[in-house]
Amino acid sequence: MSLMGIPPESPDPRISDTEFVHEIADVATVAEPLPTETETAVAAGLLPAGKPRSSFRRGLEVFVENKLAVTGAVIIAVMLVFCFIGPLFYHGNTTVVNFGNETLPPGAGHPLGTDSNGNDVLARLMTSGQISMEVGIAAAILATVIGVLWGSVAGYFGGVADAVMMRIVDAALSIPVLFLLLVLAAMVTPTEPVLIAVIGLVSWLTTARLVRGEALTLRTREYVQAMKVMGGGSTRAVLRHIAPNAIGTIMVNLTFQVADAIGFIVALSYLGLGIRPPEEDWGAMLSNGVTYVSDGYWWLIVPAGFCIVIVITSIIWIGEGLRDAVEVRLQRR
Amino acid sequence: MALYVTRRLLQAIVVLLLVTMITFALLRAIPGNVAAAVMGPNVYRDPAAIKLFDDTYGFNKPWYNQYLLWLSHLVQGNLGYSWNLNQSVASLLSQRILKSGILVGISVILAVIIAVPIGMLQAVRRNKLPDHFFNGFSTIFYAMPSFLLGLLLILIFAIKFPIFPAEAPQGLTVGAIFANFNAMILPIATLTLITIALFSRYARSAVLDNLTEDYVRTAKAKGASERRILFRHVMRNSLIPVVTLLGLSLPGIFSGALITESVFNYPGMGLLFYQQAQKEDYPTLLGIVVVVALATVIGSLLADIAYAVLDPRVRY
Repeated sequence: MSLMGIPPESPDPRISDTEFVHEIADVATVAEPLPTETETAVAAGLLPAGKPRSSFRRGLEVFVENKLAVTGAVIIAVMLVFCFIGPLFYHGNTTVVNFGNETLPPGAGHPLGTDSNGNDVLARLMTSGQISMEVGIAAAILATVIGVLWGSVAGYFGGVADAVMMRIVDAALSIPVLFLLLVLAAMVTPTEPVLIAVIGLVSWLTTARLVRGEALTLRTREYVQAMKVMGGGSTRAVLRHIAPNAIGTIMVNLTFQVADAIGFIVALSYLGLGIRPPEEDWGAMLSNGVTYVSDGYWWLIVPAGFCIVIVITSIIWIGEGLRDAVEVRLQRR
Repeated sequence: MALYVTRRLLQAIVVLLLVTMITFALLRAIPGNVAAAVMGPNVYRDPAAIKLFDDTYGFNKPWYNQYLLWLSHLVQGNLGYSWNLNQSVASLLSQRILKSGILVGISVILAVIIAVPIGMLQAVRRNKLPDHFFNGFSTIFYAMPSFLLGLLLILIFAIKFPIFPAEAPQGLTVGAIFANFNAMILPIATLTLITIALFSRYARSAVLDNLTEDYVRTAKAKGASERRILFRHVMRNSLIPVVTLLGLSLPGIFSGALITESVFNYPGMGLLFYQQAQKEDYPTLLGIVVVVALATVIGSLLADIAYAVLDPRVRY
């Protein structure tokens, strides 16, 4: 951030330079490795040592005070452990078709019963959860990367480029996501990486819109102007200044994107265009299960349905907590 | 005002043109040969037949000519031809567009009627029990897969307590659907709940914004009762942003309608789209995409214009 080792100056007179350095450092810890200039500046006595309450810390405090957000974070952590570490301790048949064991009710040997292929529901819940979470998180990250680049380029350059790029976003947004997803999913063979790409490609639009709004105000900031005067190029402005400074908005949006992506793959699975068997996600488990609804095989429906609802709800709670935390940080600007 | 409407209209036209370009790009991105898709793989033995087909339907022209040809057909209401169903897409849709319209229209109106008072209650009792209760409610409905919601309603109200039929009316005409309206209750209930979950947050924050407005203070100072302020002033004003946000939620509502139609086997556009997606009937799929995008663009255009007309403070 700083050039030639000079500590950066705060663009806002209400914020002391020290605080500003920390604010930049906060942003940097999320976006990129911490610049060592800050540390050397402190060591050299240019900046006072000690710990002023950084805006990141204040945001964290707000987040921690939000009971729902913390509950959500705990639930997600538990679910991640359940899905990714659980299979190391609980071994059940997840792949071999065994009609002798089909649709057994929960009981000894099968805590959550077996499905119509004779596979253990609890074990499948773990492996399916891996796919749901992997697709959800990876697709959200892909969508965010595309959206941030698109939005910050449009917002930074403004003018004709902005108008053209944002009209493209408007146009794509006016096609309902599920319709677009179904067309794309019908064209490809739905494997996990392909689904990640497809979901990512249809859901970056809202991110682009949000980031473009941020970029429009960020590009007029003094530090961006200063960087330009010093001869910094557009690439540097977008990648090092615009995108990192919109990180709050981006992280909040990323969280909601994960929730939506998990929802999309559930919907795709229900519509028969999701991941192909024997692999499946929670949505496929659920939609296979509901065909047995009139037989009373509740254990084919309730576990998968519960996992989907609890995970998406938790992610939304986390997102809302993050949004409150980011708003606190923004208020200080 | 007139200037704003004109500008907004031009913008909508540009967006629509871009939609057709995206759709056309998708059409071109589909792997395989159209002639082979229509006449079967054996046609590869007869290059003359492929050439005749391509000449007849313009597939041998450069892509921009094909786009213009497709666009000119589109403007004339020719949405393409479904080789799969052996019927023009326009005639396929004309039977179904109204049915989807009924489902979406009734659900959206119901959702507004329900969500705005709830939003008012939440805003007035902010961070109290009713607020948390309805917040949790809408979060769970948002998180719940739409098809699960529909199936739960079927399970409760059609199987456990057989009050309503589990399947939507199958009648060919709109009259037949209204004649069998009992069967429409569950699909409408499903889509209404999905829609409420999509925008109840907006209703709450719209009311919250309005509660801090000057006119509320003025009304209070004049001695107007709490009830009068809420129902005469705040509710009316909150409806304006809600309508705009409704325009923005339209794509989400159409997605919800697709799932609802496939759960209840309701013969609307969504069900057709879903069925043809599995048969890879791309002309139909892209025809529906264009129509749905058109509906979204017109919807949000109307919402924006309504906003400008209803709120005299808005100056562009």
